[in-house]
Amino acid sequence: MYNYPDSTGHFGQFGGIYMAETLIPAVEELRDAYLHFRDDAEFKAEFANELKHYVGRPSPIYHAKNWSDRLGGAQIYLKREDLNHTGAHKINNAMGQALLAKRMGKKRVIAETGAGMHGVATATVAARYGMECVVYMGAEDIQRQAPNVYRMKLLGATVVPVESGSKTLKDACNEAIRDWVTNVESTFYIFGTAAGPHPYPMMVRDFQCVIGNEARVQMPEMIGRQPDAVIACVGGGSNAIGIFHPYIEIEGVRLIGVEAGGHGIASGSHAAPLTSNSKVGVLHGNRVYLMQDENGQIIETHSISAGLDYPGVGPEHCWLKDTGRAEYVAINDDEAMRAFHDLCRFEGIIPALESSHALAHAAKIAPTMRKDQVLLVNLSGRGDKDINTVARLSGITL
Amino acid sequence: MSRIDQTFAALGQRKALIPFITAGDPSPEMTVPLMHALVASGADILELGVPFSDPMADGPTIQRASERALIKGVSLRSVLNMVAEFRQQNTTTPVVLMGYGNPIEAMGWDVFAQRCDEVGVDGVLTVDFPPEESHDAFAHLQRYNIAPIFLLAPTTTESRIQQVAKLARGYVYYVSLKGVTGAGNLDLSAIADKIPQLRQHISLPIGVGFGIRDAETALAVAKLCDGVVVGSRIVQAIEDSTEANVIANVSALVSGLKQAVEQA
Repeated sequence: MYNYPDSTGHFGQFGGIYMAETLIPAVEELRDAYLHFRDDAEFKAEFANELKHYVGRPSPIYHAKNWSDRLGGAQIYLKREDLNHTGAHKINNAMGQALLAKRMGKKRVIAETGAGMHGVATATVAARYGMECVVYMGAEDIQRQAPNVYRMKLLGATVVPVESGSKTLKDACNEAIRDWVTNVESTFYIFGTAAGPHPYPMMVRDFQCVIGNEARVQMPEMIGRQPDAVIACVGGGSNAIGIFHPYIEIEGVRLIGVEAGGHGIASGSHAAPLTSNSKVGVLHGNRVYLMQDENGQIIETHSISAGLDYPGVGPEHCWLKDTGRAEYVAINDDEAMRAFHDLCRFEGIIPALESSHALAHAAKIAPTMRKDQVLLVNLSGRGDKDINTVARLSGITL
Repeated sequence: MSRIDQTFAALGQRKALIPFITAGDPSPEMTVPLMHALVASGADILELGVPFSDPMADGPTIQRASERALIKGVSLRSVLNMVAEFRQQNTTTPVVLMGYGNPIEAMGWDVFAQRCDEVGVDGVLTVDFPPEESHDAFAHLQRYNIAPIFLLAPTTTESRIQQVAKLARGYVYYVSLKGVTGAGNLDLSAIADKIPQLRQHISLPIGVGFGIRDAETALAVAKLCDGVVVGSRIVQAIEDSTEANVIANVSALVSGLKQAVEQA
């Protein structure tokens, strides 16, 4: 029976609580509150109700038949997290944490964001529950995700540009942690991915498991069985763990996580700690595989997609890699772009650049498989936020 | 008896002045001269920051110092070499390395502890390694009698104070405010309330840091504890200086702090 993390937040050697002393009591308070409310009937009922009526769940699964036919192999099915309110899976987790914040009496929420989807989701739930909201976002990401910055502002959030370091997601995390340590008693940190100090990797996973739990019911309804493989993109890894986790104990279903290969693993310019065999290290509260130099300094990552542009990965993915239950691969920027355009043209769906990495891997392996085999891809978000990036890369000025 | 224990024993009722600088800031060549200047100006213990790419517990001043050092290629390895060089002339002033765990993880705690012993490091403070995650790491330090220095905070609970009391050696470092290094909202009455609670469980000397910006606050804090840690204010002085006047400026600042602490 798969039962991780242990009571101290470890997945084997991974995970844990690596935080400055000032924040340890806050993390423990959060852990105790989560352990209490996760089994609370009223909490569970409110969460389910919000997911149904506010987020719009369950999200459908769609058979991408045109694209599958063109690829000429396995059938590709898409779990449509892009159809959620706010356009990505991030709202599942933001909603769960906001409901917890409400019960803990926290009136102020903060978040880090890369692509902006988690920031938008957090700003949305903060508006919904009347909470003050501050979102930290790398200055470079603010440039490449301008529409999401304005969405957050429309929703009443304050967006703080982060100018330190590489000015991307990891630096936004640093700044959010600095805010939390300063305002620890009033503030709930709505962390966006299944990483960070315990209980975040467990809690975010649990809130995101609605994806896989639905798929486990939907696939047999559609095709009479479970898929041969489940494919999801991995930055921190919250959409992937959300769809993987309910499948861990279902034999015969391959779990494939797709990291951002950037300009290629060999170039060193990527964001793929698992695929590039990075060393284990400690950052942002947990022990994970981490892109770092020989002196233990975190190195700057590159990905076309801001949401995957992160040097670490959640501890449960590290564990699933080591145990062999999941496999991890990388997709380069240009392969992701091709999948992005193909899904637009052949299926009428504009996918997020993050999700396009998962799509690209499906497109890579589908032709090697039989036509009666099935790939379930988590289409974790929609790509409206990315049209400026795609246009720029195509030499077009909007 | 370790150098840290000897230092506090020699101070008796007097209070320790514990300045912090980031190793390699403003340049690797200036660090050892700055360390000697700090001692000459009255430092009792030196805290030497090991630069890290992602200093989550630090405010902008020490973040910039880390960046300046990293740009010049400073690593944990070179910081240890700086301590070795310092020890060629100074064998009595304790040196505590302060930083984040990952550079040590990358070197390996066993190698790191051995090098600390070889070069004369007396204590190690890893901001992001709480006691729960530190057992293996600190076993290596213990083998060479290197003191693990722990942070305690206004938010620290009674049971955690007890836990730290069991593991800590040298002194404990009380973070006097909720916030990052260099923040300005020091609450003296809150410190006065908390220190007796710490003393119930902790027999080691208690240093207090974060938010101490001038002689006046240094004196007020010194009256409440055993040692005063000053970091961002000194790092700011380094940033505001040129290579030509940095030693003089830092010496003047630390001498002033020393005079204040002596009055406590």
